[in-house]
Amino acid sequence: MKSILKPLLMVAAMATGMTAVSTLPALALVELNVNKGNVEPLPIAITDFQGGDALGAQISQIITADLKRSGLFAPIDKSAFIEKITNPDAAPRFDDWKVINAQALVTGSVSKEADGRIRAQYRLWDTFAGQQMSGEQFFANDANQRRVAHIIADAIYERLTGEKGYFDTRVVFIDESGAKNARKKRLAIMDQDGANVRYLSDGRSIVLTPRFSPNRQEITYMSYESGQPRVYLLQIETGQRELVGNFPGMTFAPRFSPDGQKVIMSLLRDDGNSNIFAMDLRSRSTTRLTNSTAIDTSPSYSPDGSKVVFTSDRGGRAQIYVMGADGSGQTRISFGDGVYSTPVWSPRGDLIAFTKQTGGEFQIGVMKTDGSGERILSSGFQQEGPTWAPNGRVLMFFRDSAGGPKLVSVDLTGRNEQSIPTANFASDPAWSPLLE
Amino acid sequence: MGRIAALTRNPVMIALVAMLAIAGCASKKTPNNAADLGLNGAGAATPGSAQDFTVNIGDRIFFDTDSTSIRADAQTTLARQAQWLNQYKQYAIVIEGHADERGTREYNLALGARRAAATRDFLVAKGVSASRLKTISYGKERPVAVCDDISCWSQNRRAVTTLSGAGS
Repeated sequence: MKSILKPLLMVAAMATGMTAVSTLPALALVELNVNKGNVEPLPIAITDFQGGDALGAQISQIITADLKRSGLFAPIDKSAFIEKITNPDAAPRFDDWKVINAQALVTGSVSKEADGRIRAQYRLWDTFAGQQMSGEQFFANDANQRRVAHIIADAIYERLTGEKGYFDTRVVFIDESGAKNARKKRLAIMDQDGANVRYLSDGRSIVLTPRFSPNRQEITYMSYESGQPRVYLLQIETGQRELVGNFPGMTFAPRFSPDGQKVIMSLLRDDGNSNIFAMDLRSRSTTRLTNSTAIDTSPSYSPDGSKVVFTSDRGGRAQIYVMGADGSGQTRISFGDGVYSTPVWSPRGDLIAFTKQTGGEFQIGVMKTDGSGERILSSGFQQEGPTWAPNGRVLMFFRDSAGGPKLVSVDLTGRNEQSIPTANFASDPAWSPLLE
Repeated sequence: MGRIAALTRNPVMIALVAMLAIAGCASKKTPNNAADLGLNGAGAATPGSAQDFTVNIGDRIFFDTDSTSIRADAQTTLARQAQWLNQYKQYAIVIEGHADERGTREYNLALGARRAAATRDFLVAKGVSASRLKTISYGKERPVAVCDDISCWSQNRRAVTTLSGAGS
C-alpha cells in the first residue's frame, strides 16, 4: 500500500514474525468484469479484531459492511465460525474455514499505543491455498477509528480484486429538510458509508452541486448567498470561502480540473443562454470554451485534463457533447432516444456517466467516451446526478421518492444497488478522490 | 417558512392561492411579492400597489415543458404587466425564472435563466426600461406546487415578475 496518510495515519509493513507484505500481484480471488453475467460474491470470513474491547468488533463490523456493500463479497455470519481466533498472528486452522466455505479469512488485532494512537493490524488468508495473502498495520489518531477500518477494507478489496478500493473516501452532498416548496439546503460532508456527517453551511441560503478538489481539501459549489447565484470555493477544514471569479451574471455547474488548478463552470450570458468557461485559480484568468446561443452546462474534465464532456441543447434538446479542453472540436456523442444531461467522466477515463430522461423515467447510465456502448444501470421516476467512486466501479446519485431525495449507489453491473443512510433528505452527492 | 405559515392561516391569501392554483392539485404558495409586503388582503387592492399588480394584473406566466417561448396567454399577461409597470415607474423589477422538477438540476438552472431573460426581453419590447429589470433563476429549487403530476409541473414552469425598490 503506497499511501502514507500524514499526519493522521501511518502505514507500515508488519515487522517480525509476519510474512512480508506481498508486492507481487498474486492471483486475484475476485474477478471484476462488468459485462459478465452474475458476479458471484466471494465468501469471506471477517473475524473480530483482538483487543481494544468493543473497538475490535467495531473495526471488523465496518470492514464487513464495506465489503458486503461492494457486492463483490459475501461475508459469512460469525455464528457459523468454527475456529475461535485467539492469536491473529498465527496461522489459522484452514480446514475449519474451508468447511464453512470461507475462501478468504481476515484476522487482526487492535491496541492503544503509549502515545494514545491506535494501532490496527490485519492479516488476509487464502484458506484453500493455506497461506497468508497480505498483512499490514496502521496507526491512527483516536478520532479516526472508523477510518482505519475503511483503509483495511480498501487493502483487502485491492488484494482480492486487483483494483483500488474506495472505502476510505468521503462524500459531499446537500442535506435537505423542510417543505418541498421552501426546502432548507445545507452543505454537508460524510464518510462514504454515511457516518461522520458534518455540516458546512447553515442553511440560510440555497446551496447546490458541491464537488471535491483532487486533494480532497476544497470543494467548489453554487450558493445564493449574495442574492445572485454564484460559484464559490470552500476550504473544508478552515471554513474559508471565496467567490470564484467576478462575473456579471449567474455562475453555476462548477467542477475542478484534474490538477486542481482550474474550475470549469457555466456562465449566464445576457441573452439568457449559458456558456462554459474555465478559470485558472492562480492567475484568475478565464477562458471561454463555448460560445453558442444555447444552454451549455455541466462540464466535466477527462482525468488527463485534455477533454471536457458537457450538456448542450444546441441541437434542440439536451444532449452530451465532448470537446478539447481548449474548446476545440465540439462533437455530439449521445444519440439515444431521450434527453441526456449531467455527464461525468470516469476517473479511469473509460466511461461517461449520465442522466437520461426517456419514457417518463430518469435513468442513470454509462457510455463509452465516443458515445457508443450505452448501458442503463438504474431507472426510476425521478433520479439524477451520478458521481463516480474513485476506482470507477461504483456510481452514487440521488433519487426522489416519498417526499424527498435520498442517496443511492449502483455498481457498473447495475445489479448491486445500495441506499446510503442519511438523517434527512440528501441530494447532489460528489464522491471524493482517494488520497494519493 | 414563517411566511408560508402566515399565508395559510390567512383566509384572504388562501383565496388568492386558490385563484392562482390550477384545479386538482394541492398547492402552497411560495413567498411572493404580495406576501413579502405583508398585505392583509383587506378590501380591494389600491391601484398601483404591489397587491394590485399581483391580483389584478397577474405576476406570473407559464411555459410549456422544456420551452422558453412566451405563449399567447403569457403574451397577454406580459402586455398587461408592461402597461402597469410603465404607469407605475417607481418599482424596480426582478424576474424570477423557474423550472419544473422534470429536468436535471444544472440544466434547469439554465432553463430558468432563459425563461427569465425571455420574459425580460418581452417587457423591454413593450417599453419597460431595461435598467429597471433584473433576472434571477431558481431552476427547480422553488416549486410553487408540490405534488408529483402534470398539473403541478405546469404551474412550476413559470416566470414571476416581482416588484422591489423605492415604490414598494
